[in-house]
Amino acid sequence: MHKLASTSITALRALQRNLMRSALTTLGIVIGIAAVIAMVQIGEGSSAAIKATFESMGANTLIVFPGQAVSAGVSFGGGSAVTLTSQDAAAVARDCPSVLAAAPQVNGRMQLVRGGHNWVPQFIAGTSPAYFTIRDWTIAEGRALTNGDILGANQVCVLGQTVVKELFPSGQAVGKTILVQNVPLRVVGTLVPKGANMMGMDQDDILVLPWTTLKFRISGTALQNQNQSQTSSSTAAVSTDQLFPETSQSLYPTPSTSEQTDTPQPVSFPNVNSILVAVPSTQQIPQAIEEITALLRQRHHLQPGQPSDFNIRNLAEISQALSSTSSLMTNLLTGVALISLMVGGVGIMNIMLVSVTERTREIGLRMAVGAKPRDILGQFILEAIVLCLFGGAMGIVIGQGLSKLVQAIFHWPIAVSIPAVVASVAVSAAVGLIFGYYPAWKASRLDPIEALRYE
Amino acid sequence: MNLIEIENVVKTYHLGGSDVPVLKGVSMAVQQGEMVALMGASGSGKTTLMNILGCLDRPTSGRYMLDGQEVSRMNPNQRAEVRNAKIGFVFQNFNLLPRTSAIENVLLPSTYADGSIPSAKLRRHGRQLLERVGLADRADHEPSQLSGGQQQRVAIARALVNSPRLLLADEPTGNLDSRTSEDVLAMFQNLNQQEGLAILLVTHDANVASHAQRVIHIHDGMIAAGAFESASPAASAPADAASRKEGR
Repeated sequence: MHKLASTSITALRALQRNLMRSALTTLGIVIGIAAVIAMVQIGEGSSAAIKATFESMGANTLIVFPGQAVSAGVSFGGGSAVTLTSQDAAAVARDCPSVLAAAPQVNGRMQLVRGGHNWVPQFIAGTSPAYFTIRDWTIAEGRALTNGDILGANQVCVLGQTVVKELFPSGQAVGKTILVQNVPLRVVGTLVPKGANMMGMDQDDILVLPWTTLKFRISGTALQNQNQSQTSSSTAAVSTDQLFPETSQSLYPTPSTSEQTDTPQPVSFPNVNSILVAVPSTQQIPQAIEEITALLRQRHHLQPGQPSDFNIRNLAEISQALSSTSSLMTNLLTGVALISLMVGGVGIMNIMLVSVTERTREIGLRMAVGAKPRDILGQFILEAIVLCLFGGAMGIVIGQGLSKLVQAIFHWPIAVSIPAVVASVAVSAAVGLIFGYYPAWKASRLDPIEALRYE
Repeated sequence: MNLIEIENVVKTYHLGGSDVPVLKGVSMAVQQGEMVALMGASGSGKTTLMNILGCLDRPTSGRYMLDGQEVSRMNPNQRAEVRNAKIGFVFQNFNLLPRTSAIENVLLPSTYADGSIPSAKLRRHGRQLLERVGLADRADHEPSQLSGGQQQRVAIARALVNSPRLLLADEPTGNLDSRTSEDVLAMFQNLNQQEGLAILLVTHDANVASHAQRVIHIHDGMIAAGAFESASPAASAPADAASRKEGR
C-alpha cells in the first residue's frame, strides 16, 4: 500500500516535471474520448429520434379486439363477438400500470356529404380524446375532441387532410358542417397529414368523432330518438358509466306484458369494435399485454381455463424494425468508438516510448539508488494510466461541449449518455494499462550501467 | 573489520563471439571508516571494478563481501536493495533529476526504501542534509538554478539520505573547477572523519587521489598497488594529513 502510494507520487511528479509533453501526450486520448462521447451522444440522440418516428407509426401501440362469435359451430371470425365496452377501455387506462393511455374505437363506413361534394372515407373512428395521444397525431387547425364531446355525444368531428381535400376543395373546413347519414356534424378541427401506413392505406382519409355520437346518433339513429325522451336527465350526467350504465341498470328493462307482445325493444349495449392502447416503450409491451389480459379476464368473469373472449394484437413488424435499427446504430457507434480509442492508445504508446528513451538517464539513476525493475515498471504504467484518465476526463468535458455545439448548430437531437461516460473512463484506464505496458516493460529492462552513461 | 572484501574477482565480457577479460583476478579490501581512492588509466578496468563494487554489476567469478554480506551471487532485486540501503552514489555529471527541487532530489533514494518513515520526518531529514552540505537556503531550487558545485553538493546529500555504509564517488570533481573541487573533496574528508563513513573515490587525477588515506592502483585488470591496508585508519590519518600538505 505504502509502495503503491509512493509509486503514484513518483509518477505524478514525473508527469508534472514535463507538463507540456504530458499535455501533448494526453491530446490523443482527449480527442479519442471526446470523439467517442460526441459520437455516442449524437448517435443516441438520432437513435431516440428514429425511435420516436417508429413510435408515431404505432410501434408502442396495442389493439384489443373482441374474440370470435360462434353460433351452432359456425365461427364469425375474429372481432365478431360483442364483449368489449368503453368501460373496459377506461379500466385498462386506469388500472394497468404499464399502459399510458387507452381509447375505445367504434368503426363505421358511411358516406359524408357537404354541399355538392360527397366522399366515403377509408376510416371512420368513433373514439375518445386519448385517441390523438395514442396515435401521436397533432391537430393542424381547430381543436381535438374533448371529454365533454364524448359525454354529450356532441355532433362534432375532426377531419383528416384527405377528407378535407375531397369535401372542402376551397380549403376552409373548421366551423363548417357536414352530413353523415343525415346527421349534421360540425367540423371542429383538422389533423396534420400522416401519409400512408405500412399497408399502403391513406391514413389521412379519416373522420374522427366521439364514439358516443357514432354509436348512438348515427349508427343507431332510430334507437337514439327514442332514448332521448326517456333519459332527459342524461344531460347532467358526468360519466359514460352513468350515461350508458352497464351494471346499475338492467340492460333489458322489464317491459309490460303488452309491450312485450307488441314490440321487442332493441337495446343500446355500449360495446366498441376495439380498444387502442399506448404503452410507454417497446420493452413494456409484453408486460402491458399481461396486465390487460388479467384485467379484462377479470372484468369479463372468465374462469381459469376458459378461453379469453378478446385478442391483443401488437404491431410486431414495426417493433422489430425499431429494435434492429437501434442495435445497428449501437454496433456502428461501438465500432467508431473502438477505432478512435485505438488511435489514442497508439499515440500514448508512442510518446511513452519516446519518453523512456529521453529519460534513460533518469531510469538509470533511479535504478542505481535502489529502484527495482518492478518499481520502474509500476511508475511508467501509472504515468500512462494517469495520462489516459486525465485525457479521458478532458475528453468527456470536450465531448459534451462538442455535442452541445452540434445540437445548437445542426439542431440534431442529443441525449447525454451516462453509460458512455462511465465506459470512457474505464476504457481510458484500460488503454493506459495496455499501451503503457510495453514502454514500461522496456524501461524496467534497462541496464542501470548503460542507462547511467546514456547521452 | 573489512567493509569491502573482494577475492579473486574476474569479469569477462563477451563481445562479438570472443571473450574480453577486463578484470583478471582482483583481490582487495576496504575497512570501515576508510577513505580510499581507486586510480587507473582508461581501459584499465577501473570502471568495471567500480560497477561491481557498487553492486550495479556482478562478477563472472570470485567473491564479493559487502558489510558481511555475500553480494556477488545476488539477483537484480536483491542488489537493488543493497544499493538502496548500503551505498550512496555520487556521479561525475551529478545526475540530478531536471525540473525537480533540490529537496526532492535529495529524497529520491528514500522513495525506494522499504521502511515507511512518515514523509514529514523524511523532509526534515532531507533539509538537515542540505544544511550539512551548506545549501539550506536552496532546498526549493531546481538544478538549472544551481551552480555545478552546488549541484554536486545536492548529489552528496542525496547519497547520504539512506545513511549508507559506503559512499561511492565516480570522478566526483571531473566536471568542477579546481576551487569547487577542493570544497567537494573537503566535504568528503569531513564526512569520513566526523561520521566514519567509508568513501571510495574513483579517479584518474592524482591530486584528487591524494585526498584519500590510501590509493589503490589498477592496471590492465590487475591491482598494481595498495590492495590492502596494513595500519588501522585512525593510525594512518595523521600521516595522510601530512602527505596532503606536501601535495599542495
